[in-house]
Amino acid sequence: MTMILDRRSLLAGLLGAGLVASAPRFAMAATPDERRFIFIVLRGGMDGLSTVPPVGDRDFADLRGPLAIAAFGKAGGALALDDRFGLHPALAPIHGLWQAGQLQVIHAAATPYRDRSHFDAQNVLETGGAGPSGAGVGWLNRAIGLMGGSGLGLAVNEAAPLLMSGPTPVATWVDGGGAPPSDYLLDAVDQLYADHPLFHAALASARDTGELLADAEASAMRRQRGQSRLTPSFNGLATLMRDARGPRIASLEVTGWDTHSAQGAADGRLSRLLTQFAEALVALKDGLGPIWSKTVVVAATEFGRTAAPNGTGGTDHGTAGAAFLLGGALEGRRIVADWPGLSRDRLFEGRDLAPTTDLRGVFASVLRDHLGLAEADIRGRVFTDAGGVSFVPDLVRA
Amino acid sequence: MTKEAFIAANRFGLGPKPGDYGALSADPRAALAAQLDARPMADGMPDTAQALTIAASRRMMKDDGPMDADGDGRPDNPVRELYLREVAHRFARGIATDTPFRERLVLFWSNHFTVSIARSGVVPLAGVFEREAIAPHVTGRFEDLLRAAALHPAMLTYLDQYRSVGPDSKVGNRRKAGLNENLGREILELHTLGVDGGYDQADVIALAKILTGWSVVEGGGDRPKRFGFDPDRHQPGDKRLIGTTIGEDGEDETYAAFALLARAPATAHFLATKLVRHFVDDDPPPALVKRIADIYLATDGDLKAVSLALVNVDAAWDRPLVKMKTPWELAIAMGRALGDGEAVADGPVLFRRLRALGQPPFAAPSPAGWPDRSSDWLGPDALMRRIDLGADVARKIGNQVDLAALLRETIGPVMPEPKQRLIRGAGDLASGVAMIFASPEFQQR
Repeated sequence: MTMILDRRSLLAGLLGAGLVASAPRFAMAATPDERRFIFIVLRGGMDGLSTVPPVGDRDFADLRGPLAIAAFGKAGGALALDDRFGLHPALAPIHGLWQAGQLQVIHAAATPYRDRSHFDAQNVLETGGAGPSGAGVGWLNRAIGLMGGSGLGLAVNEAAPLLMSGPTPVATWVDGGGAPPSDYLLDAVDQLYADHPLFHAALASARDTGELLADAEASAMRRQRGQSRLTPSFNGLATLMRDARGPRIASLEVTGWDTHSAQGAADGRLSRLLTQFAEALVALKDGLGPIWSKTVVVAATEFGRTAAPNGTGGTDHGTAGAAFLLGGALEGRRIVADWPGLSRDRLFEGRDLAPTTDLRGVFASVLRDHLGLAEADIRGRVFTDAGGVSFVPDLVRA
Repeated sequence: MTKEAFIAANRFGLGPKPGDYGALSADPRAALAAQLDARPMADGMPDTAQALTIAASRRMMKDDGPMDADGDGRPDNPVRELYLREVAHRFARGIATDTPFRERLVLFWSNHFTVSIARSGVVPLAGVFEREAIAPHVTGRFEDLLRAAALHPAMLTYLDQYRSVGPDSKVGNRRKAGLNENLGREILELHTLGVDGGYDQADVIALAKILTGWSVVEGGGDRPKRFGFDPDRHQPGDKRLIGTTIGEDGEDETYAAFALLARAPATAHFLATKLVRHFVDDDPPPALVKRIADIYLATDGDLKAVSLALVNVDAAWDRPLVKMKTPWELAIAMGRALGDGEAVADGPVLFRRLRALGQPPFAAPSPAGWPDRSSDWLGPDALMRRIDLGADVARKIGNQVDLAALLRETIGPVMPEPKQRLIRGAGDLASGVAMIFASPEFQQR
């Protein structure tokens, strides 16, 4: 309990009237066994067919043409997961996690959204609804609210992304700042915020997290030459989350997946980004240290991309794609895919990998099996439009 | 009346310079209207062709290896230097301008038609794009703005259009090349109809076909590129876009498509919603959106008439503080208040600071541009960095400032007197200046 009180005093959303109004609920603001959950939003539409290429599908090589990742064992070939699926060779740094039973792949998966706008698709991914919503509340914010709320969540952003927005306050952090202003000035400024609750609350939250964030900053600053540009954020987040006073649930984002041109196969625009992403994931794992065993990371994107290359060596906006689960708390390695195949007649609208798995079922399962939310609450209060969606059992160690 | 001068200078401007309230207070709305008639001034910056020449020179230098002809201690990178020059120029322009309402419209439309240095080919072009494709048209017709922005080399590069080839065109028949949907889709979704504007995948493909041909027509490698329309890349045949057939007509198909899209009621609604959100309210009232959209349609997309209509929205003059200033607007407002941009930052420092505040110049995270709701800019960490920026600037200049005058000429009109007393009673001048910059009255508009 002490641990939770410490965390509350540091991080726990003094945002808004949150502190006063919800103080009695803090005792419940916890995850079972202090588990950690990180959701990585891959913005731009990650190409699932290159990231986790189904090299064992007989139509794959022909359909993908110059973008096809080569078969297992070939130069620049996929790294084997099972006899059908492999990892893009640039993901070599996390291939070891597969061997260790700490990586899972969800394939041919999508949200319920079926058009091809980035921004509506991200809205659906983040709100967890059946279609785009203007309500401005993310599903992870609703979930954090059910767990008791304040102090649990942190977004690695200037302001909370839609996924984390809503009634429950979350802290924010980005790497790259310096020493904070003096207490004298902040006290004086706070007096000016007396009649502006949003400013007052934001400042209070920033000051409360300040000390811990300075640590995160320090680890983020330790960026080596040639290191992935993503690593400082991932490192900083690891520093925050391994601390007993730190957040239990966090969001992070990686942009740049919108590979309309020069996508490449083993080399190219996508390959470079995957290398950075994989290195940053390893930094996150290493940074979390022993806490990794209590952690699940989900990385998902708003949609996949066209199954065939477009006219400019890239891929256009598509439908189903791949998502990753990583962490020491996973039940073991696994590929969740009701594989629809890649023959022309099996493609969605004749052009995209067809969606057969609803990503919300995966997210819901992690909320239930990792974070201990009740199924009824998840269906009734987190993914309220997801009536018939099935949970995926045994993703996470009980 | 001073509250109205405050709103004119902040909601519709870039923050007051000393003396602005006095000048604005006689008739704030008329003063804003007069700003719309100003023409952009010649500025001595490179035009598009010159920027493309600089981009090509970068390639030559790369081949020759690192040199340091300008002696700044870094290998020469004319593209990076051009970018920083553009940032500094834009910043100075914002601080100096006597027509800040017009400049706000430039920022608004430049964000509407986002190009981002997230694509390296855009780095040398982002500044000139804003100066040549956006600024001259913000009080003209939307259709002209759309043409200038969507077909500028910066946009053709950013959204991959220059690579797109009609599959049945001469070039398409000769080699394996084909369509790229990116620009076609974003024109429909982000620039004209809006995502709920009633188009479908077939329309995206139709517009992508219509746009084939807009590409590099000369140069490449270490020779300066020239962009234009190449009929050999253009997909032949008629196209059908949002229910209208556009007959085969080469380059003119693009103009026909843009005319059709610019006149669509969905476009009017989408643009009106964004304008009202930007200038009036995070949650645009539907009746107000309809009024602005109707004016847009009645004037055939006359952006001067639309901008004037926004100024004449009574609701815009009710409450002085409804929106967070963006980091860029905040930095400009500090420079204007002090009459000194140098106090805020020089080029590279400015870039670093804006990056820390989450808005590096010309670097929006996606083609949708920077977000435009207050909640997008008021995270705890972001607020701390905003306070920090003000404190840094204040430390640099604080002891040379007349605090009472600065207070009066910035947030005085809307800050309650007890809070003004707190600022005047600050323990040192720099803290007083930092408090002004950190106040909700300064951070919002």
